[in-house]
Amino acid sequence: MASDQKYFDEMFGHGTDARAPYADYCNWFHHEDTARLLAKSEEAEALFRLIGVTFNVYGDPDATERLIPFDLVPRIIAAREWAKVAKGIEQRVRALNAFLHDIYHRQEIVRAGRLPAEMIARNDAFLPEMIGVSPPGDIYTHIVGTDLVRTGDNEFFVLEDNARTPSGVSYMLENRETMLHMFPELFSKIKVQSVSQYPRSLRKSLGACAPDACSGRPTIAVLTPGIHNSAYYEHAFLADQMSAELVEGHDLRVVDGRVAMRTTKGYKPIDVLYRRVDDEYLDPLNFNPDSVLGVPGIMDVYRAGGITIANAPGTGIADDKAIYSYMPDIVEFYTGEKAILKNVPTHRCSEPEALKYVLDNLADLVVKEVHGSGGYGMLVGPAASKKEIEKFRAKLEASPGNYIAQPTLALSTVPILTDAGLAPRHVDLRPFVLVSPDRIDITPGGLTRVALTEGSLVVNSSQGGGTKDTWVLEE
Amino acid sequence: MMLGKTAGGLFWMFRYLERAENTARMIDAGLRISLTRSSAADSEWTSILSSTGLASAYEAAHGAPEGSKVIDFLLRDPNNPGSVMAGIEAARMNARVVRTALTREVWEAVNECYMVLKRLLARPIEDRDLPRVLQVIRQRSAFVRGALHGTMVRNDIYNFARIGTFYERADNTARIIDQKYYILLPSVRLVGSPSDNVQWDTILRATSTTRAYQTLHDGDVDPRAIARFLILDGRLPRSLAFCYGKINDNLGYLEKEYGTRHTCQSLADALCSKFRSHDMNAIFDYGLHEFISDFLRDSATLGRQIEIDYRFIE
Repeated sequence: MASDQKYFDEMFGHGTDARAPYADYCNWFHHEDTARLLAKSEEAEALFRLIGVTFNVYGDPDATERLIPFDLVPRIIAAREWAKVAKGIEQRVRALNAFLHDIYHRQEIVRAGRLPAEMIARNDAFLPEMIGVSPPGDIYTHIVGTDLVRTGDNEFFVLEDNARTPSGVSYMLENRETMLHMFPELFSKIKVQSVSQYPRSLRKSLGACAPDACSGRPTIAVLTPGIHNSAYYEHAFLADQMSAELVEGHDLRVVDGRVAMRTTKGYKPIDVLYRRVDDEYLDPLNFNPDSVLGVPGIMDVYRAGGITIANAPGTGIADDKAIYSYMPDIVEFYTGEKAILKNVPTHRCSEPEALKYVLDNLADLVVKEVHGSGGYGMLVGPAASKKEIEKFRAKLEASPGNYIAQPTLALSTVPILTDAGLAPRHVDLRPFVLVSPDRIDITPGGLTRVALTEGSLVVNSSQGGGTKDTWVLEE
Repeated sequence: MMLGKTAGGLFWMFRYLERAENTARMIDAGLRISLTRSSAADSEWTSILSSTGLASAYEAAHGAPEGSKVIDFLLRDPNNPGSVMAGIEAARMNARVVRTALTREVWEAVNECYMVLKRLLARPIEDRDLPRVLQVIRQRSAFVRGALHGTMVRNDIYNFARIGTFYERADNTARIIDQKYYILLPSVRLVGSPSDNVQWDTILRATSTTRAYQTLHDGDVDPRAIARFLILDGRLPRSLAFCYGKINDNLGYLEKEYGTRHTCQSLADALCSKFRSHDMNAIFDYGLHEFISDFLRDSATLGRQIEIDYRFIE
């Protein structure tokens, strides 16, 4: 296969020979029969269905449980490449936690003139209820998914910092299990760094952040919105793997100043709650009064040190797309070092000059809602029709402060297996980071998301993206 | 110790599985009669619908019972929450809720049961395919039970699953007897009329006990022996005495594991002792119909008490 010269292909670079990390894999692949591999592909799908690795689609009664397509060609990263990326992620995650602490305390970064005050004051993601709150170990974002894209041999960019409730880690783990199940011989030939320690690390990491109120071995629970949530499988999976309880709001109530779960032996206090429920729904007494997903009064228990909530409420201020453009400054301000990982150059449409530039160059830019996620409500200029661009222009002019714009990056490709053999598709990467008071754990690799449609740059599962197993090779 | 919601989810998951399997047995019994004696079949379908508690729902939708319509209604009608398919769906939904309490084998067995039946029951089943479909249902639920026995730790999780199974099974057997009590009374002639014979046959088929009954009774079909068999025979896994013995055991294990005796344990004890202290003559003296009605009432009370004692709901 000759790769598309316009994009950096991680298997073939800009040429036709396999790059070094892929050499052993390609060697194996060339001796494989495509028909056998395609049959394996179906086997993988049947396996995912049986295990129930599905996500729910809202408002589609006929297909409420869907599979995320899995491509069985792994994405491979050399140990040396990964070491640099991991260092950059660690630096960034340290800065995020320092930033969150500062923002909810003295706001030194604003006083120092490195971040405009209105970025905080007029930001919905800023939670006044968190002012002055210092969680155990001063950790606000315990579980982070730093989305990366690659454009060249040594070119990695951070696309966004998911500091609220990053999802997808169960796919990373199931993808690896599936590959081990289907191609055991590959793993004996090629030494790949393990990811299976993640649930243990997660448990340890959460346990290390137990509140003062905890006595003995910390009781950990995962809070899910319930079986109809799109990520329910992941919530159940993580609870199961950590031997934690999987709870919903109606299992919990405040008892004697602690948040407790209703068990067959009465109410039992929880020390650390890994919540997969958004801030807004966490506590009907303190936030959205209509929420039935949360626990009335949990914020008061939290502020009094009766429970650790991971991630802390109010961490959204750190991964807000408007704040994102300040991340190079934020990293430098708190770590005293230049950011190792690059930011994608970002135009803040709230600034008149930037807005003018964006309006003049809509066809070449990606425009995103500041508070959006999941690939909804964004414009991919080069892929959009004239009509779509004009429609978006009107939205943008009506509320420029809601948008940021970025150049379209030449995202790297990794081949997928098609009926006609290997074919390049664009990918991104979500590594998973765990933060505890004494250490930062980054699982080697992460979740590779792949746009299955030829030429497409949108990798979100809600928009037809798939996933791949991600290998970081041993040294 | 586990979440109250999880205990409730396990109890209901296994109730729904057992119920779906029981409904499949009843369809089997009805089918058998309609194959051999078409004149008696319609009234047998009526009594089967009554045993499942779905007679009025059926009538509202379809009018008078008619073999193929009843079968479709009981098997797969999306508007019937008591259908086999609805039961399997409900069991799987509960399994998803309690997934962290199940072994991978149990989850996969119930998920595959659902996937296979969803495909199989996507369209109306033709008569010639029905026996095979019913066999798949029995087999798939047996796989779930097998996975439970073979892979689950014997702790509270297992006990709640078992209590759900036996609770539902006893309920099912009791409702079948309740429907047919009048043909099991001592006043019925020992050598029944042809229609009595059909009804005895239905009872044994609906409880999948024909073979067991014949083995244990040298082939003599005697209504009093059938009643004794289904109510008091501790060797039969579908008899009331057997099921309540198991429920009592499982509640006893919970008492021991948790170190607390609740009201439900006392209720189960009282229910069980009835099966020990009564022989069939005593039950007939008291009144078979009255005895079964009392049982259904007491068992409903026990079900509610288990729910309260182990905090299935707030």
